[in-house]
Amino acid sequence: MSRPDRTIILDARALSRALQRMAVEVLELAHGTDDLVLIGIQRRGVELAERIARLIEQDEGVVVPRGALDITLYRDDLETVGPKPVIGETRIPGALAGKHVVIVDDVLYTGRTVRAALDELADFGRPKRISLCVLVDRGGRELPIQPDIVGKQVKVNNGERVDVLVEELDGRDEVDLVRQGAPT
Amino acid sequence: MTAPPLGKDLVGLEDLSADQIRLILDTAEPFKEVSERPIKKVPALRGKTIVNLFFEASTRTRISFEFAEKRLSADTVNVAASGSSVQKGETLVDTARNLEAMRIDMVVIRHPSSGAAEFLGNRIRSNVINAGDGKHEHPTQGLLDLLTIRDKHGRIEGIKVCLVGDVLHSRVARSNIWGLLKLGAEVGVCGPDTLLPRGIEELGVCRFRRIEEAIEWADVLNVLRLQLERMEMGFIPSVREYYRVFGVTAERLEKAARPMTIMHPGPMNRGVEIDSRVADGPHSVILDQVTNGVAVRMAVLYLLAGGRPELADAAKGAGGPE
Repeated sequence: MSRPDRTIILDARALSRALQRMAVEVLELAHGTDDLVLIGIQRRGVELAERIARLIEQDEGVVVPRGALDITLYRDDLETVGPKPVIGETRIPGALAGKHVVIVDDVLYTGRTVRAALDELADFGRPKRISLCVLVDRGGRELPIQPDIVGKQVKVNNGERVDVLVEELDGRDEVDLVRQGAPT
Repeated sequence: MTAPPLGKDLVGLEDLSADQIRLILDTAEPFKEVSERPIKKVPALRGKTIVNLFFEASTRTRISFEFAEKRLSADTVNVAASGSSVQKGETLVDTARNLEAMRIDMVVIRHPSSGAAEFLGNRIRSNVINAGDGKHEHPTQGLLDLLTIRDKHGRIEGIKVCLVGDVLHSRVARSNIWGLLKLGAEVGVCGPDTLLPRGIEELGVCRFRRIEEAIEWADVLNVLRLQLERMEMGFIPSVREYYRVFGVTAERLEKAARPMTIMHPGPMNRGVEIDSRVADGPHSVILDQVTNGVAVRMAVLYLLAGGRPELADAAKGAGGPE
């Protein structure tokens, strides 16, 4: 068995700076907070959306509506998964019609999760615009989907993966590059 | 994150472990929200064909299953015993095999014979879900009752639940008893001696001869339907006497030390087993049970729907989901 091999890409301070920059970019993209809604994708996207919303609130002094989206039931590989994935909470804050929805997720990879999220959001209403904000873009897209806001671009080789850890769920803020086979 | 498997069929709660029951209840939680959406539909079972095979009259259960199936985007066909080839003498297995030859994925079956669901599940490849078989079990009713108790009391362990009425003939009672005991509830039964199964104490169930004692003991009363033909069969002297002795009335509940949660699997006989003031009262969760029924059935369909693990391995090689 090979030794666990973890390289820290972002430590807690770097992650915090990345989120602050992302919060500013969200504000610019949405031209303020008037129609802004942040939707985090379960699970870690929900925490990240919450952090970005709080950063915006500190700067702007207004409450930013945020929600959570679990895309499990919209996955295109549900047929192929053996034991069924546990489904998380979906919570949409009010009607989405006319809103600028910013989807927040931890890692952007194949784009299939975002495809599912777009389909699911469409069943909740017709936002005037949907944007995509991710902490890490690791490349490897299988669908024509691109992010609007990226915290960090990471080049990932074969046999490696990106782990995003957040204080609320994992006890610390950190983004790691992990060699496959290492314990999660 | 993946969940422990459930097996091919859902025949009864007797066959499930506490963890499997908890998995179904936990999976039902997010499905409650789906029914509150503007578009009450998710694509999880797109392309699956489900046959609702009802050899016995049913409104609530059949409609609840049908809503659950449709809200998961499955295609559904309803087959009732009357007006089908069953009337012409076709056997259960032949009916099911003919349906399978049309490439179906799941069968939801209600049948007057105990054991029919398991019998069918052992003979066809499709998933089989028991929607009530004779006096045996009605597992999705048991599950929705568990979910409703958990919603109301925040837990099931340690809650005292008394089943009132015709326990002897009730598949709802049987599924409730198995599910409640597995999840650590205390279970009681109350009714005329003629309608309580002999030796039920051996399962760890308390027996109450008087409804007043049951009310004093319980946190939850699950009032079972009294089938009126029981009177003709001599199990009870008369409906009026039954109501006088065992009816769950507002007067009786007023004497209880604490508010009592009132459940009923429906359809209700108002003024026979339950007083209208109780059924419509502030502690009745009878309509919550109906709402939860759809969520629980969605959870069961989702968890049983044939995943194809062999395709999962192929998908892993090609990246898979992030």
